[in-house]
Amino acid sequence: MNLGTSAIIGGMLFVLAIFVGLFAPWLAHTDPVMGANLVNAEEPPSWIWWFGTDAQGRDIYSRVVHGARISLTVGIVSQLVNSVIGVTLGLTAGYWGGWWDDVVNGLTNVMLAIPSLIFALAIMAVLGPGLTSLLIALGLTNWSFTCRIARASTLSLKSQGYVQAARVLGYGDLRIMITQLLPNMIGPIIVIGTLGMGGAVLAEASLSFLGLGIRPPYPSWGSMLSEARDQITTAPWLSVFPGLAIFLTVLGLNLLGDGLRDVLDPQSRSRRT
Amino acid sequence: MTAAPLIEVEDLRIDLDDGAKHVAAVEGVSFRIDRGETFGLVGESGCGKSITALALIGLLRRPLSIGAGAIRFEGREIQGLSAAEQRALRGNRIAMIFQEPMTALNPVSPVGRQIAEMFVLHKGKSWREANQLAVEALANVRVPAPERRVKDYPHQLSGGMRQRVMIAIALACDPDLLIADEPTTALDVTVQAEIIELMRNLCAERGTAILMISHDLGLVANVCRRVGVMYAGRIVEERGSDDIFRAGAHPYTQGLVDSLPRLGSRAALGRSRLREIAGVVPAISDFPSGCRFNPRCAQATEICRTTVPETTWLGAGGLVRCHHHA
Repeated sequence: MNLGTSAIIGGMLFVLAIFVGLFAPWLAHTDPVMGANLVNAEEPPSWIWWFGTDAQGRDIYSRVVHGARISLTVGIVSQLVNSVIGVTLGLTAGYWGGWWDDVVNGLTNVMLAIPSLIFALAIMAVLGPGLTSLLIALGLTNWSFTCRIARASTLSLKSQGYVQAARVLGYGDLRIMITQLLPNMIGPIIVIGTLGMGGAVLAEASLSFLGLGIRPPYPSWGSMLSEARDQITTAPWLSVFPGLAIFLTVLGLNLLGDGLRDVLDPQSRSRRT
Repeated sequence: MTAAPLIEVEDLRIDLDDGAKHVAAVEGVSFRIDRGETFGLVGESGCGKSITALALIGLLRRPLSIGAGAIRFEGREIQGLSAAEQRALRGNRIAMIFQEPMTALNPVSPVGRQIAEMFVLHKGKSWREANQLAVEALANVRVPAPERRVKDYPHQLSGGMRQRVMIAIALACDPDLLIADEPTTALDVTVQAEIIELMRNLCAERGTAILMISHDLGLVANVCRRVGVMYAGRIVEERGSDDIFRAGAHPYTQGLVDSLPRLGSRAALGRSRLREIAGVVPAISDFPSGCRFNPRCAQATEICRTTVPETTWLGAGGLVRCHHHA
């Protein structure tokens, strides 16, 4: 794929998901939780029930639409928390060096050594299920790559003339970090963040599937998959549509991340011209 | 009050300590610059000019450190100031421009914003006011169409334009001292002349003192009233710039003067080679004993190899450190 094709496709999928999440109440046909009506139980997809209905007669389409809100909130917010933690630690560690650098490096290595889903599981087990604990669990467990990138970029940028010049002109450490270092490393940070967002959507689905994330009856794509597990042969639409939603959102974020990497990386930019 | 110079360096020693070895990279350096005065430091690469400048603004970093001596700005010792007080001096009272205008500007920030930042940082202006002042600052350094140029990124400007922007940043807060470290080395000759002229005029208008650092004696003598010649970490001669050219007292100074091409001289007409100084500047770790210039000096005798020459005062406030000075 050339220039931004993958970025454009990925961006469109992501924007579509956000649009669905934002306008869920208007797009949904029925209330995702209260819209149960046993008369309509387990209807296959049709013109009336686009994605079919579940055993309680709830409209799957409406639940998938509302699920976008939870999945995207978790994906975006938790990845933002990760990025802020990773950039803050990596930037300060690279800039100041010394014992602080050793501490941050040690912490990063520990985080990289623990599978992040297992770590998130442990945090969820302590905090209990729910949206807030999901955000905390996923926001604290996935910053190590961002931190590594931020630290490495800082180390190479630190010796640049303009960073030295800023010091000579009387900039304080914080001002140097915010005006000189951060804007020059933001490209890779955004790429990692976008890819991480896809990871967070998947992690939310996994945790909810395991019953530790969003609890039924609230619709999250992961919890819907979990509920649909028993009926996968008798009512496949129960798992196909939430699964498809996860697949398309994560695919979109990954394509967007890859595309942004090509657009933001100066080396690949000069290769094209 | 009139007696206190703007900046006074007294017997400065800068140590280089990399754990294994401990050597003095700069030693016994003294000079003073009065308000509005222009002073030049000349010498070959590696003679300690740039680290002397860094010491002046309190930015020596490991493995370099000030070993002895004092640097006083308006009578106050720079080493005695807190980090915040030093920051308030840098860029505000003492500014600096660099050799490489290509790399000294932040590539992802419009130049106007980089100028405006100085007003926000040191003068406490709002961004709105600062942006307005940035346009004026660009106009002052004769950048055409400044209200459009402020939005440009450094890569959209030529080398000369970038150096003008650097000067605008350095002079933004009306500093008392401008340190120019090889300000034109990366530029071609015609641009060089323009930039030097601009810098000199702006500083003269504002009464800003200049400390100019360069390997180019001709350039320094052109800009500065007094010149200090550095060799291997020591000042070997300090004179008015006319005297240096007419009658350099130290053999090294004479060598520098002789190695300049001059219009109308035999060398420029191609009948004889330019004279050069034989040999290279010794490495910091093995400075020769006695006079450090002795291995390259035609007039060296036994005393030059054993004894460090004392300061000899010449007329008009000049000085030389040589056993056999002219």
